[in-house]
Amino acid sequence: MAILAQAPRPKLMTFTAPCTAALAAAIAFVVGNAFGAPLVGLAIGAVFGFILAALLGQFAVPRTMGRTATIAFVAVAGFSVGALGGAVAGALLGAVISWFFYWLHTGAYRRSVPVYYTAAQTLWYNTFLFICGLVFFFLIAPLLPVIWLSFNAQDFFTFTPEMLSFDPAGYSLKHYRDFLGTDEWMVPLKNSLIIAPIATLISVTLGTLAAIGLSQSHVPFRQAIMAIMISPMIVPLIISATGMFFFYAPLGNWLEANLGLNQSFVGYVKVILAHSVLGVPFVIITVTATLVGFDNSLTRAAANMGANPVTTFFRVQMPLILPGVISGGLFAFITSFDEVVVVLFVGSAQQQTLPWQMFTGLREQISPTILAAATILVTFSILLLTTVELLRRRSERLRGLSPS
Amino acid sequence: MTSSGQMLAADGTPLKTSLARALRRQKLRALALIAPLLLFVVITFIVPIATMLFRSVENQIVSSTMPQAIELLQQWDSATGDAPDEAVYQALYFDLFKAAEAKEHTKLGTRLNYEQTGTSSLFRTSGRKLDDVGELWQDPIEDIAPALKDGETWFAMMSGTGSNTVLEERRALWASLVEEPFAGDVGITISDQIAQMLPLTTAAYADWAIYEAIEDGKDISKRDPWEAVYAGLGLDLRSDATVRAVNAYTGPHAADLQLLTANLDQMPNKLFKDAFAEMDEDWLDPEVWEAIKIYSPNYTSGYFLNAVDMKKGVETAEMRPENQQIYITLFKRTLWMSLVITASCIILGYPVAWLLANLPMRTANVLMILVLLPFWTSLLVRTSAWKVLLQQQGVINEILVWLGFVDDANRLILMNNATGTVIAMTHILLPFMILPLYSVMKTIPPSYLRAAKSLGATNFTAFRRVYFPQSVPGIGAGSILVFILAIGYYITPEIVGGTDGVLISNRIAYHISSSLNWGLAAALGSILLALVMVLYWLYDRIVGIDNVKLGG
Repeated sequence: MAILAQAPRPKLMTFTAPCTAALAAAIAFVVGNAFGAPLVGLAIGAVFGFILAALLGQFAVPRTMGRTATIAFVAVAGFSVGALGGAVAGALLGAVISWFFYWLHTGAYRRSVPVYYTAAQTLWYNTFLFICGLVFFFLIAPLLPVIWLSFNAQDFFTFTPEMLSFDPAGYSLKHYRDFLGTDEWMVPLKNSLIIAPIATLISVTLGTLAAIGLSQSHVPFRQAIMAIMISPMIVPLIISATGMFFFYAPLGNWLEANLGLNQSFVGYVKVILAHSVLGVPFVIITVTATLVGFDNSLTRAAANMGANPVTTFFRVQMPLILPGVISGGLFAFITSFDEVVVVLFVGSAQQQTLPWQMFTGLREQISPTILAAATILVTFSILLLTTVELLRRRSERLRGLSPS
Repeated sequence: MTSSGQMLAADGTPLKTSLARALRRQKLRALALIAPLLLFVVITFIVPIATMLFRSVENQIVSSTMPQAIELLQQWDSATGDAPDEAVYQALYFDLFKAAEAKEHTKLGTRLNYEQTGTSSLFRTSGRKLDDVGELWQDPIEDIAPALKDGETWFAMMSGTGSNTVLEERRALWASLVEEPFAGDVGITISDQIAQMLPLTTAAYADWAIYEAIEDGKDISKRDPWEAVYAGLGLDLRSDATVRAVNAYTGPHAADLQLLTANLDQMPNKLFKDAFAEMDEDWLDPEVWEAIKIYSPNYTSGYFLNAVDMKKGVETAEMRPENQQIYITLFKRTLWMSLVITASCIILGYPVAWLLANLPMRTANVLMILVLLPFWTSLLVRTSAWKVLLQQQGVINEILVWLGFVDDANRLILMNNATGTVIAMTHILLPFMILPLYSVMKTIPPSYLRAAKSLGATNFTAFRRVYFPQSVPGIGAGSILVFILAIGYYITPEIVGGTDGVLISNRIAYHISSSLNWGLAAALGSILLALVMVLYWLYDRIVGIDNVKLGG
């Protein structure tokens, strides 16, 4: 695609500079509005943008230098009105404006569209990218204030002026200390870490066996069996929870009365059973998906060489489907670890899990410790996501599919 | 080949048989692998759902708490506008006395209160006064025949030879009342002669004996019976035939009974109807009795009717008054909000899925992480994030106020209403739209679009006529997934929904944990389940359940 690399540079004075001026004006309009003078901001921004673009373009300032200078200039301007916080905001805005200038100036904005595209088509394509960017922003951005606020030194759910001006006094780890140091949070965490792994183990063991059974040819009533096994995922949680509430309470009483088990133990059993059945569909789906690409001649070859079915399973089949099993297990784990409704209906106070504690916290007393818990959970889910992604790649490599 | 032309396997059996056997063995092995999980899912999931469906029509509490009164009540016609006659009140007294001792009467009161307001307190206050009514008889009986003060006298008087059928009948009634078998030795054989002569006394005594011996574990020969037994004796002695039989009786403590028949004029003539009316005027209210009669069968459509804002009448069902209708509105709102959420997910998800499907693999994988990260993040985390963002002092309002777009006094109300629920749930469910859309779009060859354009189509026409129709299955799959998830959502609406933004699931949870109207919760759940099943069936028709794809 050598043609694309040589995209012509756009005209500086009639295109790049006015566009940069427009962006700077729009930003300055918003900032000006904060100081009660939007129109003044608009004018300053337009003039600044135009002059900046003209200078950088006319003297062909190298990219790194041009950007550094712009960022520094706007940051100083920001510092003069809003101290440290203003400087950070200014640096960000400077980075945006200078990036935009060079994006236009170097013709990079046409890099991803075919060379024959008209100006309108290019504009539309870039607008489309911008819209997609906004959606990605919508997906990710809500998580960021949570992480930021979890370091709040105050017991507020909102940003304090100290936080906004990056004053170290505005930040502290006290919510993390609260989270790690009190029974209020550690007992639920412990409960979650008891319930989720056991539930996962049950759903993975039974689910993998059943997925292997289902993937064989000639299974009678395959559709119906599949429908039953997937049903815990399809039926809304509130309905599952209601049903379990009616069924597990007498079941628990029966276990306590007839087997003499203690109440707390029975409580855990109930929650674990409920959670493992909720995890089953995920294991079934991922493991059956892995088995679709499984070469059955391998098991036949193993049998041919004298391995019994159990050996074949553990030495031949299992290593190959392991990535699927583990990622199904992770889904099951996160289902249990993240589940509130069922445990709320089936469990008692002794089985209070982390999400339950967060739920009551959000509903009743608002404490920023929830945000510390949330940040820890986000970190946790990033780790899980990485694991799943690595496993998926490994699985594709093992199965000889095209590497991604 | 044998002479008959049959093909044989290596071991000499016909090949057909051998193959059939192998196939059967294969099927059995597959089933053996599936069986444990199938059994597990059926027991831990399908049975609970079935229990819920059963609970939505089950209504044994009325007939198990007041079995005798219900039986007599069937002859009463509510259309006359009169209260039932004395016999019903008599039966009610003995039923209720028993229930009050076991503390079961308040449950019935609560149950009937869902249908007829005020019933709960009616049962609760009456339960406390039942002893006083019994004492109306107990006091004169003990004055006339002091020996009857003593439990041992009673035990000797009631004991005898017989088949104990009364005791077993009463035990069955107890069992259905408290939902426990009540098995065990009561320690008495009730004399058949007494049972025949004094039926009400025997029934009340048997009730007491069973409860005392089995629930409290006491030796009944040493204990004094409760007030209802004296009331029973008083009622028995109102019949001339019984008085004659008592006078001819020769069994243990016949003399004490004959003391009573000799002094009948000292026994009270009180009607139970009046006694109940003195406890609470409402006992004379035909509407209360009508509610009891309507809900006396073991199974009722009442909960389902309530769930659609209707009310069960004597003959037909009728709509509730306008100001009591909430569920239809709530169902409509749930469906409407789920639709809005699904539509927003399509609008936001479609461009992103298109971008992911058309970018080079490496870039797409990086951007995919931005979709998967929220998908993997705890639901509670995302909900708390929206609470942080949307509240009146929240991030969005703070920024808008700081930038001067919103006046400090008129901050936007983004939370505790439908807006909050829609925004937060769109964010939470968006990955469920993007992922199926992406997997469908991945299969559409980009050359189709290029072919369309080279044939002269504009970008828009090429998209509309070539690309879009091929992506429709993805939209269908994603929409149904999001819609099903949305109509059953509980946590997010509960936290950011306030009162205007709650869904039917919040109402179900409310009935389970706060109002304790479990039957209504079960009925609402059953209706929602039926709705989801229809959607599920559609989903199966459009994409097939085997094609459900997850993030990985």
